[in-house]
Amino acid sequence: MPVSTNEQGEPIWRLRTSRAQWLGYLAWLAGISLFLLCWKLISDNTMWVFVEDAGRQGSDLISRMLPPQWSYAHRLWQPMWDTLNIATLGTLLGIAMAFPVAFLAARNTSPHPLVRSAALVVIVSSRSINSLIWAMLLVTILGPGVLAGIIAIALRSIGFVGKLLYEAIEEIHPTPVEAINATGASRMQVMSYAVLPQVMPAFAGISVYRWDINIRESTVLGLVGAGGIGLQLNAAINSLAWNQVSVIFLMIFVTVLASEWVSARVRRAII
Amino acid sequence: MLEISNLVKRYGHDEAVLKGLDLTVEGNSVVAIVGASGAGKSTMLRCINRLVEPTSGSIKLNGNELVKLRGAALRRARRKIGMVFQGFNLIDRLTVMENVLAGRLGYVSLYQAISRRYPQADIERAFHLMERVGIAHYANKRADELSGGERQRVGVVRALMQEPEVLLADEPTASLDPRTSEQIMILLQSLASELELPVLINIHNVAQAKTYTERIVGLRHGKMIFDGAPADFNKEALDAIYGGIEAPDDEITEAPTRVGEGVSHDQA
Repeated sequence: MPVSTNEQGEPIWRLRTSRAQWLGYLAWLAGISLFLLCWKLISDNTMWVFVEDAGRQGSDLISRMLPPQWSYAHRLWQPMWDTLNIATLGTLLGIAMAFPVAFLAARNTSPHPLVRSAALVVIVSSRSINSLIWAMLLVTILGPGVLAGIIAIALRSIGFVGKLLYEAIEEIHPTPVEAINATGASRMQVMSYAVLPQVMPAFAGISVYRWDINIRESTVLGLVGAGGIGLQLNAAINSLAWNQVSVIFLMIFVTVLASEWVSARVRRAII
Repeated sequence: MLEISNLVKRYGHDEAVLKGLDLTVEGNSVVAIVGASGAGKSTMLRCINRLVEPTSGSIKLNGNELVKLRGAALRRARRKIGMVFQGFNLIDRLTVMENVLAGRLGYVSLYQAISRRYPQADIERAFHLMERVGIAHYANKRADELSGGERQRVGVVRALMQEPEVLLADEPTASLDPRTSEQIMILLQSLASELELPVLINIHNVAQAKTYTERIVGLRHGKMIFDGAPADFNKEALDAIYGGIEAPDDEITEAPTRVGEGVSHDQA
C-alpha cells in the first residue's frame, strides 16, 4: 500500500511500495540485459568488412545518381498519374467497403455478436497482409496492371479504415442514441441520426489519412507488377540506371509532399 | 392516463431497484418524483418508454400495455412518450431544426430521415413549438452553440414534436443554473396544461417540486413512500425519503417565491 504510517503515526504517501519499486528495477535490469544480448547476436552475424566499406559504397551510389537524368522525367508523367489513380480509386473502394464493416464490428451498433466476430475477422485479415503482398496475390490472379493495384490498395484499406472507424463508433456519446431511441426511431434511423453525425469528423479524417498513406504505398506496387511508378522504378534499378532512379525518387518525394499538404488542408477544413 | 402496477426491475441478481411500484397519473397533472440518488427514479421513468426493460409488472398508457411490446409495436408506442433528459441529449453537430425534427423520426421513413425531407406539416409544427418556447431564431444554429437553458428547450420541443400522450422528464433542470432551471420548470408546467398532457418529472430540488408540480411522489429504495399534494409534503415526508442521507436544509427552506402565482408551499 502506498499509504502507510511512520513511527510517529503520521500518514506517508509514496507512489509505489518498496516491493513494486524493486520489481521495477529488476524489470529495467532484465530489459537492458536483453538489449545487450541482442546487440551481441546481431554484431556476431554481421560481416563487418562490408559495413566498413559502406561509406565508400554509399558515396559511389550517390555519385551514379547525380546528376539526375532530367530528360527521363517526361516518361514518368503517365505512370505517376496511374499511381495517383491507384491510390485514389483504391481508397474510395476501400472506404465504401469499410464503412458497413465498421458498423457491423462496433459493439454498440453490431446486430449480433456473431456478425461482429465475422466483421472483425474481415478487418484483421485485411490488416494482417501488406498492400505489396495483396498486390502480389492479385497480380497472380488478375494479371499485371493498374486494376490489381487498385484492388490491393482497397483490400488493405478496409482493415485500416474499418478498425479506426469502429473504434470511433464505440466511443460516441451514448446519450443522444438513447434520446433518438426514445422518439420511436427505427434501428437504421438511429444509426443515421444519432451515430453517424458523431463519427463523421473521424470518418473524414481517417479516410483522408488513409488516402495519404495509399499514395505512398501505391508508389511501390509496381515492383510486383501492379502498375504505377513502381514499374519504372523496378526497371530503372534492374538496368542500373541510377540517374533515372534519382529522378523517380524526387518525383515520388514531391508527390507525397503534395498529398501531405492536401490531406492536412482537407482535415482542417472538415474537423 | 398512465397506470403503473407492481413494477419490478432487477439488474442481474442484485437487489431489485424497483420493488413493486404502483402509480397512476391522470389527465394533465404534473407529478414530481423525488428521492435520493439510487432510489430508482430514473429506472422507473426509463421503464415507461422501455429504455430499461422491466423485470415484471404492468405499465399501461391510455389502456395500452407497454411492457410486452416488441419491435415495430414498441417503436409505435414510444412515439407517444416524449422524454426530456438531464444532459439534454441533443445531437451536437446537427442544427437545432434537425434536432427538433428528430422527434418525428417515429413517423417518417428512413429515406425521409436521412435526406431530411420531413412533411411540411412537421416543419410548421416545429416552427410553431420553437416559437412557443422562444428558440425559433436559432433554427439554423448548431445545437452545441446554444446555452444550457436553450438546449433544454430544444430537448423539450423535440419531445413535443412526437405529439406525446405523456411527457417524461429525467432531472430536466439538474444541469442548469437556478434561474434557468425555474424557467424550464415553469415551461413544463404550462405546457402540461396547454397540451393537456401528464408530465412526470424526476427532480432533486424539493423546493422546485413543491412550487411547480401538483403532486409529489417520494421513492426510497425502489418503493413509494410518499404520494400526495405538495402542501402535505412536510419535514416528516422529507426525512422519510432522504433520512439517513444528507439533505441540505436550504433545499427546503429557500423555496423560490413567485409573484402573482397562487402556488403555496410550506416553509419547513
